[in-house]
Amino acid sequence: MQQYRAHLMLCGGTGCIASESLKVKEALSAEIKKRGLENEVNVVFTGCNGFCAEGPIMTVYPEGIFYERLTEKDIPFLVEEHLLKGRPVERLMYKEPEKRHAVPAMKDIPFFNLQVLRVLRNKGLIDPEKIEEYIARDGYMGAAKAFTEMTPAEIVTVVKDSGLRGRGGAGFPTGLKWELAGRVSSDTKYMLCNGDEGDPGAFMDRSVMEADPHSVIEGMIIGARAIGANKGVIYVRAEYPLAVQRLNLAIEQAHEAGLLGEDILGTGFNFDLSIYLGAGAFVCGEETALMRSIEGKRGMPIPRPPFPAQKGLWGKPSVLNNVETLAQIAPIILHGSDWYRSLGTEKSSGTKVFALTGAISNVGLVEVPMGIPLRTIINDIGGGVKGARKKGGRTFKAVQMGGPSGGCIPESLLDTPVTYEDIVQTGAIIGSGGMVVMDDSNCMVSMARFFLEFTADESCGKCPPCRIGTKVMLDMLNDITEGNGKESDIETLQDLCGDIISTSLCGLGQTAPNPVLTTIKYFREEYESHIKDKWCKAGVCRSLCTFIVDEKVCTGCGACQRACTQGAVTGEKKKPHEINQELCIQCRACYDACKFGSINIGPAAMREGLLKDTPAVSV
Amino acid sequence: MLSDKTIEEVEALKRRYPDPRGAILPSLYIAQREFGWLSPEAFEAVSIVLGVPKAHLRGVASFYAMYRHKPVGRHLIQLCTNVSCMIFGAEDLVSLLKNRYGAEVGGTSPDGRFSLVIMECIGACEAAPAMLVNEDFHNNLTENNITEILEKYK
Repeated sequence: MQQYRAHLMLCGGTGCIASESLKVKEALSAEIKKRGLENEVNVVFTGCNGFCAEGPIMTVYPEGIFYERLTEKDIPFLVEEHLLKGRPVERLMYKEPEKRHAVPAMKDIPFFNLQVLRVLRNKGLIDPEKIEEYIARDGYMGAAKAFTEMTPAEIVTVVKDSGLRGRGGAGFPTGLKWELAGRVSSDTKYMLCNGDEGDPGAFMDRSVMEADPHSVIEGMIIGARAIGANKGVIYVRAEYPLAVQRLNLAIEQAHEAGLLGEDILGTGFNFDLSIYLGAGAFVCGEETALMRSIEGKRGMPIPRPPFPAQKGLWGKPSVLNNVETLAQIAPIILHGSDWYRSLGTEKSSGTKVFALTGAISNVGLVEVPMGIPLRTIINDIGGGVKGARKKGGRTFKAVQMGGPSGGCIPESLLDTPVTYEDIVQTGAIIGSGGMVVMDDSNCMVSMARFFLEFTADESCGKCPPCRIGTKVMLDMLNDITEGNGKESDIETLQDLCGDIISTSLCGLGQTAPNPVLTTIKYFREEYESHIKDKWCKAGVCRSLCTFIVDEKVCTGCGACQRACTQGAVTGEKKKPHEINQELCIQCRACYDACKFGSINIGPAAMREGLLKDTPAVSV
Repeated sequence: MLSDKTIEEVEALKRRYPDPRGAILPSLYIAQREFGWLSPEAFEAVSIVLGVPKAHLRGVASFYAMYRHKPVGRHLIQLCTNVSCMIFGAEDLVSLLKNRYGAEVGGTSPDGRFSLVIMECIGACEAAPAMLVNEDFHNNLTENNITEILEKYK
């Protein structure tokens, strides 16, 4: 085997590829060849590193030096300085946000050093397109142990004892699901993987499938053995072309290595695994709907019981596990349930991957032990709200967890430990792990409206509470954001929410009211000011705000004037500017452009008053 | 009609599942690739090979967002306007595409160059807003760089 003195781990995740890491890769290969280093330096195109905000990313081993935001132009200099002269390039390193000094080593960057990587154990370390690299990191050792040293019942026991709960959202104990399906006898059983990740703001499953497809396959093989399934399907969103491509390749490689197909590892066990592409329906993430979809039907949920463990895909006993759940399995088998339980809490053991997005400094994927406070994730790992350090900068308002099934958690509850049982107390849910951070420029009524629009659109239409209820709620929220809200609306909404929760058929309808309930619970004053004062204080709902310049604060820098597409802002340089209310379309561009916080947002009535005072201009 | 090679592809899918209906979703994708959209001929062809009534196929196809029920332009823009993208101004991009190229949501620009479809979250939230143009991912979109990116698609 070729020995190299340096390994360059360049990120090939979707985020980095979109910021042109392929060009960086080509430039690297060309430069290394030009310098005659091909036998000394190895370039590995890895799966998603997680720190997507800073892409393209590359880590240089053995030193562990972390480079970010690389472009092809940086490469000749980088190769010469770091690889020939041994001088790491400070300019391309991560900068500590306060003082902007460079942090050379990946292990010293807070984004990385507060994380514990179990699901993401191979992130940034292996080439996802090479099974050998997965195997070199203990890959398929869990499967080997499960197949050669354990009975199916023992596998189930270990997974049950680990306390692992389904990472797709519902948090059902994985071991219990396996036990139920294992007990049923049938000529055919199915082991299924749910890769139909659809929660807005969640992309951990996409990342795992892209960065470490074998970890999912290994989990499935072990599950198949535990429940006695000979057929498996990975249901993936067609919107994830790279994940599909890498999973297909991984399945092919596993076949060649004797880890899939007939007589796996010489044990006489057969497992046939294939991929099924979804076609863009959020509800297909629900287990019974997903199975109907594979059967070539409209993806509509059916009532349970019978549970899929008894009667699932094609009427056969089936287990459906989420991508992240499956990626947890092999290490649990290998290291045991006590090891898994060494992190997390009694009821929420182990680690969970979260997708941090929205108004946060460090956008990306993070894996943390369950039970750490939300505040640690948002402030320490996430680096806090984006732009919070600037004068007049943004402040934290809420974090949305669990997508359309979840809710918005306010500042006052940021010390809540991240566990299934604690988060649910806030009215949100852990869900699949999306965390969308919102700052004070977000309107919470609009946010609730947005999620209702999503669920109303994605409701399959089968049961009336969900089909009609979400639509009625959406209409009411539209009215409120357009200035037509009535005082009784808040109570009516709460009533409706209760009815929809208790009478909907599947999880989609049962959880659809959560965004509305949590925003009413924590941000009721925003609803009230929309309804009573016709005032959207965040300046998001266009018909409920007036933008005016605070003459005392305005420096006359002209930033707002340049941002305005309507020519509504006028004023001389270095003198306070003015907004012509007749031309203003409340797009908020001036507000966003102002660095001094001199644009104020008033209620709709203010604008009407100002318009009345100004004599009409005749053209 | 479908080409012989495509028919063979659909036949192979049909054999994979305990019921030919299992092959419906992938077969519709194949037909869509071949015809560009799910035209009446596309449904007819899939119906014949799978032995499943056209009505059933239409019922299934209309449930899922990724099947095209009218012809699309030379390039398909699938823009995400879901929460992370919305926070970073995806709605402005929708207006820009309409104003600059005449591509309405769910429609095609008059020159047949771009069709625009709004997507639910495409899982590219780490660098929002994002879109797929045909099968290429583009993210960190702004009103400036989106036109630059689209220049590549003639």
